[in-house]
Amino acid sequence: MIEVRNLSKHFRDKKRGEIRAVEDVSFRCEPGQIYGLLGANGAGKTTTLRMLATILEPTSGTAIVCGHDIVEHPEKVRADVGFLSTATALYPRLTARELVQYFGRLNGLDDAILKTRVDKIFDRLDMNGFRDRRCDKLSTGMKQKTSIARTLVHNPAVMIFDEPTLGLDIMTARTITAFIRECRDLGKTVIFSTHIMSEVEKLCDVIGIIQNGRLLAEGTLQELREKYGERDLEEIFVKVVAPHYVSAEDH
Amino acid sequence: MSLRNIGVVYRKELTEAARDRRTLISSILIPLFLFPVLTFGIGYAFVEVAGEAAREPSKIMILGGEDSPDVVQELRKARNLRVLPRSADYVDQISDKKIRAAVDIPPGFQAAVARGDHPDVKIYIFKDDLKSMHGAIRIEKLFMEYRDTIVRGRLASDQLPESLMKPFDIEQQNVVSDEKVAGESYGGLITYLVILMSMTGAMYPAMDLTAGEKERGTMETILSSPIDRTHLVLGKFFVVLTASLATAMLSALSMGGSFSILSRLAKDQSIGEGFPMLTMHPKTVIAVFVMALPVAVLFSAVLMTISLFAKTFKEAQSYLTPMTFVVIVPAIAAVLPGIELTSKLALIPILNVSLLCKELVTGTYHWNYIALIFFCTCVYAGIALFLAVKMFQRESVLFSS
Repeated sequence: MIEVRNLSKHFRDKKRGEIRAVEDVSFRCEPGQIYGLLGANGAGKTTTLRMLATILEPTSGTAIVCGHDIVEHPEKVRADVGFLSTATALYPRLTARELVQYFGRLNGLDDAILKTRVDKIFDRLDMNGFRDRRCDKLSTGMKQKTSIARTLVHNPAVMIFDEPTLGLDIMTARTITAFIRECRDLGKTVIFSTHIMSEVEKLCDVIGIIQNGRLLAEGTLQELREKYGERDLEEIFVKVVAPHYVSAEDH
Repeated sequence: MSLRNIGVVYRKELTEAARDRRTLISSILIPLFLFPVLTFGIGYAFVEVAGEAAREPSKIMILGGEDSPDVVQELRKARNLRVLPRSADYVDQISDKKIRAAVDIPPGFQAAVARGDHPDVKIYIFKDDLKSMHGAIRIEKLFMEYRDTIVRGRLASDQLPESLMKPFDIEQQNVVSDEKVAGESYGGLITYLVILMSMTGAMYPAMDLTAGEKERGTMETILSSPIDRTHLVLGKFFVVLTASLATAMLSALSMGGSFSILSRLAKDQSIGEGFPMLTMHPKTVIAVFVMALPVAVLFSAVLMTISLFAKTFKEAQSYLTPMTFVVIVPAIAAVLPGIELTSKLALIPILNVSLLCKELVTGTYHWNYIALIFFCTCVYAGIALFLAVKMFQRESVLFSS
């Protein structure tokens, strides 16, 4: 379970002064649920998710992930989280198997458990054909599978996906969306950020619309449709965001 | 502090480094080939050039001297001089190294000398050019012999003893071994190269493990794992240190091996006679390597900290280029004549090790200085490592993009 409480992140920029990337964001995501964070570029999605994954430290507020406070126990939080984004690249000079093993070891798994876990994941994701191939020699699809294997190796209860399909071809993107659904079916708590409306419609149980670092609307797709009197999610998004819209550069 | 986690990061980073051609070239191949190239290539060429300059007759020009046939005859007869026909552009010819020197004999030189006047002979040269200096010395020697002959004749005609010319002799005698002479003149620089190599060995992995990681997008991947950032930076640091020490060790071995072969060759085949040959004792090689240990820690931590501020590998390269000067300047300072290790200089990082190398290679072991320098460098290395760990905790540094 994830409970985000008044989370804020401010950056200092020499030219632009203080940037409020995330401002007083609160929401909840239960196990077996996919929470979709929908927002334009620069809305604050990545910063929010990076804070939940404890890669960045909040300026104020906090979040409880699987019972651990992200500010007080970031290492414990990371042990329960699988984080995947297009920015989380692979080590080019390691093989797919070595990479997954490395992250297993970083998560404290001993060699015997690690071997069983890696074999199982590689079978499930059909990765045995390239398990000993270096990551810089893998195709985009193979790389995505390896990234998925990396996030799964320690069997985390929470999965965080930050625009995981950005720039991918349709087949590779489908592998990712199928994997996100599978995580929900396994009872994991899933947070997923995107600016692609169709993905949100297909995947998310609860949707949060974020703009200028603030969470402007939240609810199931049905609740949002009723509240804003629109059927199409894109129309709902525009209705919510338009009064607050400032381009990413200006923000 | 989890040694297991540091070890996990260390093993992974080492595996990647061992698969990287650029790291292998900078850490293994360059140190292995540097000293053989320096000793057998440049060293041998230098000895040969110096020998050739000593053997080859100097091309000179005589300006004037038509009314001083004896002197001109002596110059023409000299086997180590070759007199070329006079030309008005003798200055250009000296500048272009077509001739090595020109001697200007004033009109009525011989007659003036015979009268007891004091005429001036000028020798035009290319200062500090080895072959030009040889030519000038040869001309000067001939004129001095001519002067001595005249004085000797005058003394004889006045029935005075020849010893009036030189009431006493002064002779400089070297009481120090060739090894020490070589150590003093160029040995310090050679041994300091081992220290310098420990930096070049650390440079590539330091950039690859920090800026390279940011550029490839793996920084976010690793930061999303539960490893503590202190363990992460220490694991990386030990890999950079390993590369640095491997380079230093291979350089020290390559240096010791090259010089022992060269000195044996020089003895057997009488190469470079009169040139002080450097002898590299195993004790010196070990001492230089031991001094390289804290310096390698210092370099590894400093290079990693600086590289961490860069967003790309190229940017890191531009940040680290000035570091090369920081290391080369003390090397130059240490070979300047007159600069010796003092307790104050022993506190200046890098320069202290550079000066110490000069002492070690001459077989001088000032244990108080060695201990002070070792301790100082360890303190500086500790501070640099502390900074590296601190920088790795800063979001503004890790996510500077």
